[in-house]
Amino acid sequence: CGSLSKDPMLKKRDDFEDILEERRNSSDLKYALRCYTPVLYKGVTPCTSSMLKSMVLQSDQLHYVINQVSKETGKATDDIKEEASAILEEMAQCLQLSTVRFFAFTLSKAFKTLFRSICVNEDGIQRLQQAIQEHPVVLLPSHRSYMDFLLMSYILYTYDVALPVIAAGMDFMGMKFVGEMLRMSGAFFIRRSFGGDKLYWALFSEYVKTMLKNGFAPVEFFLEGTRSRTSKSLTPKLGLLNIVMDPFLKGEVFDVNVVPVSISYERVLEETLYARELLGIPKPKESTSGLFKARKILSEDYGSIHVYFGQPVSVRSLAQGKVNRCQFNLVPRHIPRRPSEDIASFVNDSAYRLVRAQEENMVLKPWVLVASLLLQYHHQNQAAGQKRGIALGELTAQAVWLRDLSRQYGAFLHWPDHIPPSEVVSSSLTLHRGLYVYTLKQHKELLSQAVILLSCASYRNQALHVFVRPALLALAIHTASSNQKQEVFNSFSFLRNMFSNEFILCPGATVQDFEEACYLLVKTGALQFTQQEVLVTERGHRTLAFLSTMLDPFLQGYQVKETLCNGCVMFCVQKGGCVHNSIQRSREHLRIGLKYMEVLSSDLQKNSLAALLRLGAVRKMKG
Amino acid sequence: MDRLFECVNCKLNLCQYLFFHRQEILKWNGWGYSDTRFLFNKKGQAEFTGKRYRLSGMIIPALQNWFEGTFGASVQHKSPAMPILTSSAVQPPTLNEAFVDELKSTGIPCSHDAEDRVFRGHGHCLHEVFALREGKVGRVPDIVVWPNCHNDVVKIVELACKHNVCLIPYGGGTSVSSALECPPEETRCIVSLDTSQMNRILWIDEKNLTAHVEAGIVGQELERLLNESGYCTGHEPDSMEFSSLGGWVATRASGMKKNIYGNIEDLVVHVKMVTPQGVIEKGCQCPRMSTGPDIHHFIMGSEGTLGVVTEVTMKIRPMPEYQKYGSVVFPNFEQGVACLREVAKQRCAPASIRLMDNEQFKFGHALKPQVSSIFTSFLDGLKKFYITKFKGFDPDRLCVATLLFEGDREKVLQHEKQVYDIAAKFGGLAAGEDNGQRGYMLTFVIAYLRDLGMDYYVIGESFETSVPWDRVLDICRNVKARIIQECKDKGVQFSPLSTCRVTQTYDAGACVYFYFAFNYRGLSDPVHVYEQVEHAAREEILANGGSLSHHHGVGKLRKEWMRETISDVGMGMLKSVKNYVDPKNIFGNRNLI
Repeated sequence: CGSLSKDPMLKKRDDFEDILEERRNSSDLKYALRCYTPVLYKGVTPCTSSMLKSMVLQSDQLHYVINQVSKETGKATDDIKEEASAILEEMAQCLQLSTVRFFAFTLSKAFKTLFRSICVNEDGIQRLQQAIQEHPVVLLPSHRSYMDFLLMSYILYTYDVALPVIAAGMDFMGMKFVGEMLRMSGAFFIRRSFGGDKLYWALFSEYVKTMLKNGFAPVEFFLEGTRSRTSKSLTPKLGLLNIVMDPFLKGEVFDVNVVPVSISYERVLEETLYARELLGIPKPKESTSGLFKARKILSEDYGSIHVYFGQPVSVRSLAQGKVNRCQFNLVPRHIPRRPSEDIASFVNDSAYRLVRAQEENMVLKPWVLVASLLLQYHHQNQAAGQKRGIALGELTAQAVWLRDLSRQYGAFLHWPDHIPPSEVVSSSLTLHRGLYVYTLKQHKELLSQAVILLSCASYRNQALHVFVRPALLALAIHTASSNQKQEVFNSFSFLRNMFSNEFILCPGATVQDFEEACYLLVKTGALQFTQQEVLVTERGHRTLAFLSTMLDPFLQGYQVKETLCNGCVMFCVQKGGCVHNSIQRSREHLRIGLKYMEVLSSDLQKNSLAALLRLGAVRKMKG
Repeated sequence: MDRLFECVNCKLNLCQYLFFHRQEILKWNGWGYSDTRFLFNKKGQAEFTGKRYRLSGMIIPALQNWFEGTFGASVQHKSPAMPILTSSAVQPPTLNEAFVDELKSTGIPCSHDAEDRVFRGHGHCLHEVFALREGKVGRVPDIVVWPNCHNDVVKIVELACKHNVCLIPYGGGTSVSSALECPPEETRCIVSLDTSQMNRILWIDEKNLTAHVEAGIVGQELERLLNESGYCTGHEPDSMEFSSLGGWVATRASGMKKNIYGNIEDLVVHVKMVTPQGVIEKGCQCPRMSTGPDIHHFIMGSEGTLGVVTEVTMKIRPMPEYQKYGSVVFPNFEQGVACLREVAKQRCAPASIRLMDNEQFKFGHALKPQVSSIFTSFLDGLKKFYITKFKGFDPDRLCVATLLFEGDREKVLQHEKQVYDIAAKFGGLAAGEDNGQRGYMLTFVIAYLRDLGMDYYVIGESFETSVPWDRVLDICRNVKARIIQECKDKGVQFSPLSTCRVTQTYDAGACVYFYFAFNYRGLSDPVHVYEQVEHAAREEILANGGSLSHHHGVGKLRKEWMRETISDVGMGMLKSVKNYVDPKNIFGNRNLI
C-alpha cells in the first residue's frame, strides 16, 4: 500500500476529455463504421477464438487434469474431453468487430441521452497503448454499474485501443440474445461458484491464461467481483487475480501490466435498485425483458461519467522481493498446485493495492460532499427531535469547508472553481432532486425513508476512502482512555482491525495507515503531537467531530450486531439465516429508537458479522 | 581436418612460447594472441589482423554498420587502452623468505617479476580486463612457480604447507568466474602455480583407447599431438586454444562436440591430484566402479580449492574420417527450439547443434568477410530473396541452427538427411555449410570482438546456464528482456545487445548461452552498472529454473548463490571435504564455497 506519495496534495492527475462532445457533432454511423486498427502486443501470435479453444483443450494443464479426473471418477478420458469442450463452448467469448460496431452505434445514442459527458483521461489511454505493446495487459475497472464493461469497450473502441475480453458472471447468460451479443463483444462467462470442480477450474484458468500469454487481447475483470451496491469499494476477490499473475510467477511471460481503471458516475443508473437490494428486497433477475422495462431510465439525467485509466502496474515490480519464483523449479509447471503462502499473501496485498489505486482516482462530485453533510445534519436533527431543513447558505458554507478539507486529504474533487459555491451546491441538489427532498418532508413510510437514506449514504461512501484513515484516528482519540500516543495507537489499531471487512485497509499496514492519518491531521492543524501525547487543537475539534461522525453509522452497526449476537438465539444458525434473522431484529431495534437507518443495510450487516466471526466474538456452527 | 583456428605456429611447441613469458605472444590486457585483433582501418572498415585464423587478414565490410547500428557507437569515439603496464602500478611482492629460499634450493623455476605476476592474477571477466586496460592492478600473486612434473608439484605443496603460504593453481588463465583473482583479504604470500610446463603426453594406450597426459597441456596442443598419432579427444571447449586440461577438470568443462565425445566427466578415466593431505587417485583405470561416491567428483569442479590436478588419463578416439558443417533457417526461435527438442528426443543430435536467435544471426552475418567475386554476392542475394520473399520468413524473426557432423562419410550423409528431415517438420530450410561454419567462427572470435568493443566504449560479456526443455523458451525470453530492462533502469543510454543461443542439447534439457553488451558512453562507473545487470540476469536465470552454471563454474563471481543451488547440507558436505583435505586453506583462492 505504500505506493502513495507522502503528501496527497502533491498527487498529479491527468486532464479529462469529453468523448461525447465529438459524438454530438458528427455522425454516429460513420463513427461505428470507421477504420479500427488498434496497436497489438509485440509478441502476439495471431489467432482466432476457435484456435484459442483448441489451444486450451490441447494444453498440458488440461491433459493432466483430464487424466486425474478420469482416474478419480472412472469416466473415460474421451467423455471428459467432450465435457470439457462443452464447458469451454459455454464459457468462451467470440469477439466480433461487427457486434462491437453495433454497440458503438447504439451506445452512442443511449449515452448521449443519459449522460451530459463521458470524460476520459487521454494520457491514461496513451499509457495503456504503450503497455499493451510491451506486455500482456489486465484491465481492472471499478464496478458500480452494469454499464461498466460496455462503457470500457466503448471507450477503447473510440480511442483505437485493443478491445478487451471480459470475465462476466453467468447471470448474463440467462438473457437470451443479449448474452450472445455480449459474448460477441468480448465477454466470456464464468459460473459464480464452482467449488471443487477441478475440470472447470482448469479450463477456466487455462482459458484466461492462454488469452493473456498470447497477447490475444487485454483481459478485463472486476476485482471487486460484483457491483458495489454501497459505492464503497468491496474487499477484492482473488481468484482471477491469482490466475492472471500466474504466468508471470511461472516465468511464462516476462511481465504482466495491470491497469486499474476508476469509473465514477455522478448518478449511478441502479441508484434506488441498490438501496432496495440492501434492505433485503431481492435483485431482479437479469432478463432481456427486464432490460426493456428499464428503458424508462432513458428519460432521466444521469450527469457525467469520469473514467480514469491509472498508471499501469508491473506485476514484476510488485513481486520484487516478495515472491521467490524458484518455488516452481522442482515440479512441472502444468501440474496444478495450491498457491504457496508467500504467493497467497502477495496476491492479497496486491489486490488491496490495486483497489486503493482505483479509489485514489475516483472523481468526487460536489454532491458527494453535500450528501455527507446533509446526512450528518439529518441525524443530528433527528437526535434532537427536530424536523427542519438547513438553510442553503449554511450548507454552502459547510460544503466549502469540506471541499478544502477533502482537497488537503488528496481527494480527486471536481469542484468547478469558476462558479460561485452556492450555485455549485444548488445545481448538484437539482441533479439529485429525488434524494434530498426527503430532508424537507419527513412523513414518508419507513421503507422509502430508508431507501432514500441509503442512497444518500452511498454518495457519502464515495468519499470514504479519502477520510477513512483520519476518521479512524479521530474515533480512536475519542474512544481511547487517555491522550497517550500508545493508547491512541492501540485504539486505532483495534478499530482498524474491526473495520477491515468494511473499508479497504491493506493487510499489515496498520502502522503506515496510522502515520498517514497523523500526518494529515497534523498538516491540517487539527492535531499536535508532543513527546508522549496527542492533543486536539482549537480548530481541530470541528474536523475531528466531522470525521468521527462520518464513521458513526458503521460503529453503531457493529455495536448493534454485537448486542444482537450477545443477547439472542445465535447458537445454531447458519450464516445466511443469521443475517436474515438479524435484519428482522434490527427492525425491532429501529422501533426502539435506532439512530441510523444504515444499520439496516445488508452489506453492513454482512461485513459486521464477518468481522465478529474473524475476531472470534461469534462462532459459526453447522445445523 | 578443417580447423577453424589453425595455428600457424603449429610446428612449434606452443608451450615453449608460454614458458616464462606468455605475454610475449599473448596480450596482457585482452584476449588471445598479440598479433591478432579486430580494428577499424582508416576507411572505417573492420579488419582482422594476423595470420592465425581463417578470418585473419580479411576485410569485414558489414561489421562497422552493424556495430554502430547495434550499439549506437561510432568509430570516431575511441576509448583506447593503456598501451603498457607501468611496474609502479603493481604492489611489491610479500615474500615468505623461508619458503622462497627452500623453493630455490629445489631448482624449480620461479619469478617475482611484476609482469609475470600481473599476468597470472586475473582471468577474463569484464571487470578484470577493463581494469587492466585502465592500467589498474589489484592484489596479484607474489611469486610464480613453474613445476615441470608431478613430483615438482608434490614438493611445492609440501613447502607451501610447511611455510603456510597460499597456493593458486594456474592453467590457461581463461577463467570467467573471478576464480583467478587473489582474495584481497589474503595476507599470506600468494604463490601462483603455473602448470604450463607440464605439457607432455606421457603415454597412449591404443588397446584401451586412452592417453595419459600432464594436466598443464593446452587444448589445441593436446589435439595436435594426438592427431599426429591419428587420435583425438574430441573435447573442444570454445576456449581450447588457451585453456588447459587441468583447468577443464577443475571446472567441469564442456566441449562443443560433447554429443559424440562427452563432457569432461565422461572423458576422464583417471585423475591424479596433489593435495595438502597427499596425492589422491584411484588404484585402477576402470571404466566404471561401484565403490561408493566417485572420488573424481570431489576433484572435478573443485576449482583449485583442494589441490592441483597433475596428470589425467583420458579417453581418445580415432580421428574422424569426415566432417561437415551445415545450417538450417527457421521462421522463428520457437520453431527452432521445438526442432532441437525433437532432435534431442530422437537422440540423433550431430556432433554439435546450436540455435542462434535472430540478433545473433545478424551478428554472425555482420562477420561475413568481403566476397571475392560478384557471382558469390549475387548468389547470396538470391538466397536472401528466396528465404525472406519466397518463403516469407521475417528477417527480424528468423533464426539459424548451425550443425557439425562428424564420422564416416556415409554415416554423416545419412545422419545429415535425418536431421534435415526433422528440421523440415518445424519449417526449417537448409541454409548451407557456409552459414554453419560462420556460426562456429563467431564463438572463437567473440572474445577478440569484445576487445574491439572496448576500444569504442562498448563493454560486454557472455554467460551461460542449463535448463529443462520446457523452460528453454521462457528463460531465453525473460533473461534477454531482463537485461534490456535493467540497462534502462541503470541509466544505460543506448539499447544493449542482448542475445542468446541454445548451444548444447541433452535428454532432459539444454545449455543456453547469452551475449550481452552495451555502449557505456555517459556512465560514470560502467563496470559497476555492468555487474549489476549481470547480477540481475543471473537472478532471472535462477528464477526461471536455470542452473547457476553449465560449464563456466562458480569461482568467486557466483558464490553467493551456491547455498540455494546445492542446499545447506550440500554446502556442509563440500565444506567438510575442504576441511579434511586442506585444513590450513593452503589452496586459498576462496572459490566455490
